[in-house]
Amino acid sequence: MKTFIKSIFLFALSAVFMVSCAPSEKKGSKSNKGALAGNAAEKVYVAPGELDSHYAFISGGFSGQLAVYGLPSGRLFRVIPVFSQDPEKGYGYSEETKPMLMTSHGFVPWGDSHHPDISQTEGSVDGRWIFINENNTPRIARISLKTFETEEIIEIPNSAGNHSSSFVTENSEYVVAGTRFSVPFPQRDMSIKDMKGNFSGALSFLKIDPESGEMNIAFQIKMPGFNYDLSHPGRGKSHGWFFFSTYNTEEANSLLENNASRNDKDFIAAINWKKIEEYVANGGGKKVPANYAHNTWDDNSHTATSVMKKEVLVVEPKDVPGAIFFLPTAKSPHGCDVDPTGEYIIGNGKLAAAMTVHSFTKLQKAIADKAFDGDAYGIPIIKFEAVNYGSVEPGAGLGPLHTEFDTRGNAYTTFFISSEVVKWNVKDLKVLDRHKVYYSVGHLMIPGGNSRTPDDKYLVAMNKITKDRYLPTGPEVCQSAQLFDISGEKMELLLDFPTIGEPHYAAGISADKIMGKDGKKTTKIYKLDENTHPYAVKSEAETKVVRKGNEVHISMSMIRSHFSPDNIEGVKVGDKVFFHVTNLEQDYDVPHGISMIGANTSELLIMPGRTTTFTWEPKQIGVWPFYCTDFCSALHQEMQGYIRVSPKGSDIPISFTLDGDIPGAEEE
Amino acid sequence: MKKSKIIMIIGSLLLLGLFVFPLWNITLEAPQYPIPLGMDIHINKFSDTHEFDIKNINLMNHYVGMQYIPETIPEFKVFPVVIGIMVLLGVIIGFTGNYKWYLGWFILMSALGIAGMYDFYLWEYDYGHTLDPHAIMKFKNPDGTKMGFQPPLFGTKDILNFTAHSYPMPGAWLMFSGMMLTFIAFFVGKKEAK
Repeated sequence: MKTFIKSIFLFALSAVFMVSCAPSEKKGSKSNKGALAGNAAEKVYVAPGELDSHYAFISGGFSGQLAVYGLPSGRLFRVIPVFSQDPEKGYGYSEETKPMLMTSHGFVPWGDSHHPDISQTEGSVDGRWIFINENNTPRIARISLKTFETEEIIEIPNSAGNHSSSFVTENSEYVVAGTRFSVPFPQRDMSIKDMKGNFSGALSFLKIDPESGEMNIAFQIKMPGFNYDLSHPGRGKSHGWFFFSTYNTEEANSLLENNASRNDKDFIAAINWKKIEEYVANGGGKKVPANYAHNTWDDNSHTATSVMKKEVLVVEPKDVPGAIFFLPTAKSPHGCDVDPTGEYIIGNGKLAAAMTVHSFTKLQKAIADKAFDGDAYGIPIIKFEAVNYGSVEPGAGLGPLHTEFDTRGNAYTTFFISSEVVKWNVKDLKVLDRHKVYYSVGHLMIPGGNSRTPDDKYLVAMNKITKDRYLPTGPEVCQSAQLFDISGEKMELLLDFPTIGEPHYAAGISADKIMGKDGKKTTKIYKLDENTHPYAVKSEAETKVVRKGNEVHISMSMIRSHFSPDNIEGVKVGDKVFFHVTNLEQDYDVPHGISMIGANTSELLIMPGRTTTFTWEPKQIGVWPFYCTDFCSALHQEMQGYIRVSPKGSDIPISFTLDGDIPGAEEE
Repeated sequence: MKKSKIIMIIGSLLLLGLFVFPLWNITLEAPQYPIPLGMDIHINKFSDTHEFDIKNINLMNHYVGMQYIPETIPEFKVFPVVIGIMVLLGVIIGFTGNYKWYLGWFILMSALGIAGMYDFYLWEYDYGHTLDPHAIMKFKNPDGTKMGFQPPLFGTKDILNFTAHSYPMPGAWLMFSGMMLTFIAFFVGKKEAK
């Protein structure tokens, strides 16, 4: 037995030796050839029929959506429609999904999605929901990771440019939403040049229901009118705190590129949310009028509901002394990141060469010692030396944006201006490795990066510019992600892959947390028995067409490979025809689609067991076809039907048949 | 109590397993069904291996004009009664009867079993051969006769894009074991009588 163990040990040792001697290893970090330099191709090859080990949820940026990729392959699986209409899936077009895009400004068909973050339990990503913020018309969405569909969107009042969002605390107590553009709070008609001292920046804490995941704004902190850029929760020892980076502490309202870049230091706002939560629980804060949409999706009625909320609880910082502090941080910090232990708070000063590292232990001592350096609008400013742990050595790179961490005490920071990712040690602040990226990297992602337990094999860098990295496609070329292996001492570039929209930010998680070990955790079908849609049909016998004035309601079914009914007469020019279509399938991966010639809307793509509605207002007489748009079966091409449209005022009665009979008539 | 009696009673009681476990299973594999479709046959019902499997088998089969698997069949009323009576009879014989009765019970049960299998075969034959004349797809055997889609009575068979498996389930194994025990009980009883 002993010799056996010994020989295994020797074998392992020799393997290590061989790997470290391989010439490709060193080349890998310098070369931009990636896969050719070493065994990178093998590391990203997921053989046909095999599955990726991780999910990467990469924000679509200005596409308004969230894209789902596999790691290490970089393959795109699905684009989840969130803030923008998606005609491919009927999202934002079907009667049931339109309410998801309602806001206090009415129906908004587009959004700018930014920072996805996965729900957590005890400091680890749990794969239940993923949250994502919309920057333009401030909103936060919650997406189910069972169905991979948007289940909820809540608008954030008193906010503009919902940027420092949507990060989740370590037990999913709250998801936060911060304000990028400070604005009058509440909005009012006033001169722009009177901004200074008169605008505010709301930081909103949305309580997450632990069972349903439903979000509600618990309180909004009315902060000074700076710009709040990014944020991250404290964790472990700093759980209960939240940190927001600020820029434009100058409060400039024009030519910000100069005027908001004057101060050498801006702030990280440290917020003790537990203290504010307690204050609110004891009746603190003031309910003020507001107007914001809260849209929720129901998987039984397969319908979204939009409700306008009329009130929000506002907390003034001065009313909760000892809860909010400003930490001076080098120049216009972007990312504001907390390491897995919760001790180090990193300000990525994007206009400075140095990165500021603050210590949570020092912060607590500074507060106890009242080591303040004045205040800003009544909020104490901690003395820089009293909270600062150190700075990452100068020359680390230019334009640090965002830092994530591994479990071995290392940090990885993107540098936008010098287009590189830099690995450094959090404790001794020494740079360990650097690697070029192509080009102008924004955020990066390590699966579980915003948690106590990063799953630190892979790192994904997200680039704004690709220039010559892919085949040219005219003036607009794709943006991209780059995958690194960070399990070794040196980062190894493995793969480039193009992304949808702008890959703004991402969250990752190991696949088994979402699939379950047997792959059963994700939803496969919706059960017909549980469908409570008012126009749902449970069988073909229930299908029918009913006229109500000039509205015609078709309760239609679809199953391989026909519609019921598929011949309809009695529709007239000027009618509004509602197709309420139920997919009667109860089999995995058998959606059907439907579209009607001339309908001024998108197709519907209907999952098994679901009912969805589109409308058609026929303008011309004739006999018009509809058909299944998703290649569903061998008889997909035959899955079609006709509707006869008669002139306005015609007396042809409504009739509907399948194969010559009224559906269900045979069975009676 | 004599050993033969105990074996006879236990053997008969094992038939009660049929009220708990399925008797038979038919499973259909196809490339687009990496998780195969399956149907369990109990003495009183058909059931899905995975929820909605029977519905999906019906959907597949309608393309070749096969009938829907019925919700229930008359046999589902008869089988439980027959099995119930046989269990009762076996236990009574075990307590009171001569060992020769054990053999009688075994022969009767075997006859009923064969009748049951024959009935199942007839249903399968009808299911696989009585096809809708307006079937979407019609297939012919190489010899020009109409192709049937009867699943195998026992074993594995390729039918178009499907591979059909037909095998006994725990209910049947318990029944077979029980019957074997009653047969053994006969010989043990015979030995004891000497």
